[in-house]
Amino acid sequence: MFGYMGKILRVNLTTNEVTTEDLDFELAKKYIGGRGLGTKLYMDEVDPQVDPFAAENKIVFINGPLSGTATPTGGRYMVVTKSPLTGCIASSNSGGEWGAYLKYAGYDAIIVEGKASLPVYLSIDEDKVEILPALDLWGKMVSETSDMLKEKQPGSKVLTIGPAGEKLSQMAAIMNEKDRAAGRSGVGAVMGSKNLKAITVKGNLKPEIARPEGLKAVTKECRTLLKENGVTGGGLPTYGTAVLVNIINEHGVYPTNNFQGGQDPNAEAVSGETMTEKYLIKRNPCHHCPIGCGRWVKSEHSPDGIGGPEYETLWVFAGDLGIDDMDIVIDANYWCNEMGIDTISAGATLAAAMELYQRGYITDEMLDDEVILKFGNADSVIHWLKKMGNREGFGDLLARGSYRLADFFGVPEYSMSVKKQDLPAYDPRGIQGMGLQYATSNRGGCHVRGYLISPEILGLPEKLDRFELAGKPTWAKIFQDLTAVIDSTGLCLFTSFALGAQQYADMLNEVLGTDWTADDVLLAGERIWNLEKLFNLEAGISSEEDTLPPRFLEEEMPDGPTKGWVHKLDELLPLYYKERGWDEDGIPTEERLEKLGLL
Amino acid sequence: MAIKIKLFANFREGRGKIVEMEYTPGMTGQDVIDSLGITAPEIAALIVDGVDGKVDAMLTVPIKEDGYMAIFPPVAGG
Repeated sequence: MFGYMGKILRVNLTTNEVTTEDLDFELAKKYIGGRGLGTKLYMDEVDPQVDPFAAENKIVFINGPLSGTATPTGGRYMVVTKSPLTGCIASSNSGGEWGAYLKYAGYDAIIVEGKASLPVYLSIDEDKVEILPALDLWGKMVSETSDMLKEKQPGSKVLTIGPAGEKLSQMAAIMNEKDRAAGRSGVGAVMGSKNLKAITVKGNLKPEIARPEGLKAVTKECRTLLKENGVTGGGLPTYGTAVLVNIINEHGVYPTNNFQGGQDPNAEAVSGETMTEKYLIKRNPCHHCPIGCGRWVKSEHSPDGIGGPEYETLWVFAGDLGIDDMDIVIDANYWCNEMGIDTISAGATLAAAMELYQRGYITDEMLDDEVILKFGNADSVIHWLKKMGNREGFGDLLARGSYRLADFFGVPEYSMSVKKQDLPAYDPRGIQGMGLQYATSNRGGCHVRGYLISPEILGLPEKLDRFELAGKPTWAKIFQDLTAVIDSTGLCLFTSFALGAQQYADMLNEVLGTDWTADDVLLAGERIWNLEKLFNLEAGISSEEDTLPPRFLEEEMPDGPTKGWVHKLDELLPLYYKERGWDEDGIPTEERLEKLGLL
Repeated sequence: MAIKIKLFANFREGRGKIVEMEYTPGMTGQDVIDSLGITAPEIAALIVDGVDGKVDAMLTVPIKEDGYMAIFPPVAGG
């Protein structure tokens, strides 16, 4: 068996049993790995209607066939489970090194089932796998937990939850290497519900490569393409993802005050250019990554610096809150990492709370506190973030995400979310294809299920008219399918700024010994997309939820270069379903499922 | 009257954040980048007076008398 380690680790926290199983190579190749194979393994064992916090729910940690190989950026892993935030399939991925080290420990995946009676952590050192007590770790912040586990398990890479996961916040993240996050969809709360605080991995095993010389050649080609590309060899290494602040803002799709506006006159203060000039200490790359978009920045929390915020985090704690202060964003990012909270959902929930305050739904008395949740109030951010992470007072309501917060007050329309997951940093009124992708994303509001910002705003690989509808369903499908492939390989999505389907097929072929074409891998991506859709349908998430908040459909953008636009989802959605070969209700047809090998 | 040219990322190196240029009737984006020493293939995105589009096409659009341009090299993230 090439590429894969051939072993799945099964951990039952109810019975304290640890077993290993052989990986089905044919099944693995059909779904590639990561997001695809993880979803298949999960769906084969779990009832889609399961309560995400029930012991019957499971959680899969899985790398890809390219993880831990010489391919660029092969350090990622995916967490697959049912989301407590959305009720949809959750597949949340993270960089750093943990994913590669899971492979070095000898495993393609870990399936965790049951529930421990007391807090535990899982220690993996190749064949030595132990479920160990974690009472001393419970309640600890992420960095302290990581440091303690590094002492207990020297040489290990640490994945852990923070207090938010322990307290079952629907926006809880899973953290690794302290500042890398499988951030979205509340996967950290599923770990918390199982009393599983952390997983440490170490080992020195390597996967067998089918054609080592071929892999060397294609890896060299891909590294050259990444180096010579203006984004992966220039913009991202120099400025990080924060470089997006200005370009998104200049196009008038940089959401302000909970998406009430689309342009921030002071966005420069939190831009990538400002971060590089005033805050950057060094780059902070993931495993085997030649891009190195991660930032290491100055902070009062450590004289040596800390992990810096990404674009989405900068936007959500700045423009979306009516505040433009880099120090506050860096601080907010730090506390989200420490408590193990998704930065996007945390900031978006504060933004929704501020709009609810603006409109009189939240009152000073409810906050029972001097710090008012009001747009522009810089003092409120860290104060309420901590209360959110610890579920204290009004923070307990905030910890449930913007949808449940707004719904509590009877006005869910003030939650800027899709399928209850908070939207990222791009207003869909001025990016019609991206809005379609938001509405149809299998994990709810998300930018990394099909990053149509590339062609519609950034001009990559070619510039599309961002207001035009024609062709956008086709673009959405291709981007979604290709993203599903990349998420299944173990590589970083950012490689796609320089690489195409053919390069991913080439890398997989040399590692696995297959002979796939670009069309073959895109078909695998479509298979994965449809599999996720089937889970959602069986979980009771109907295509009626393929929609956007009414603000984008009814309220014209009030300002900037997108002024006057709404999103035209009603025109795009039927065309998208047709493009996917689904019926008019958005249900995959038997004919299409048969073609994809899903019947 | 002057027009305002907003520069981003590495286009700022040696040029600054904002460059003001004397307006001349009929001047286009091509005239602007020529005077800044930037070539069209270096540009990934271009906005002229609030309107974006394909770079080659936008470079031929006349700029308003009190207008502005925003010029971006290849940048991305997410």
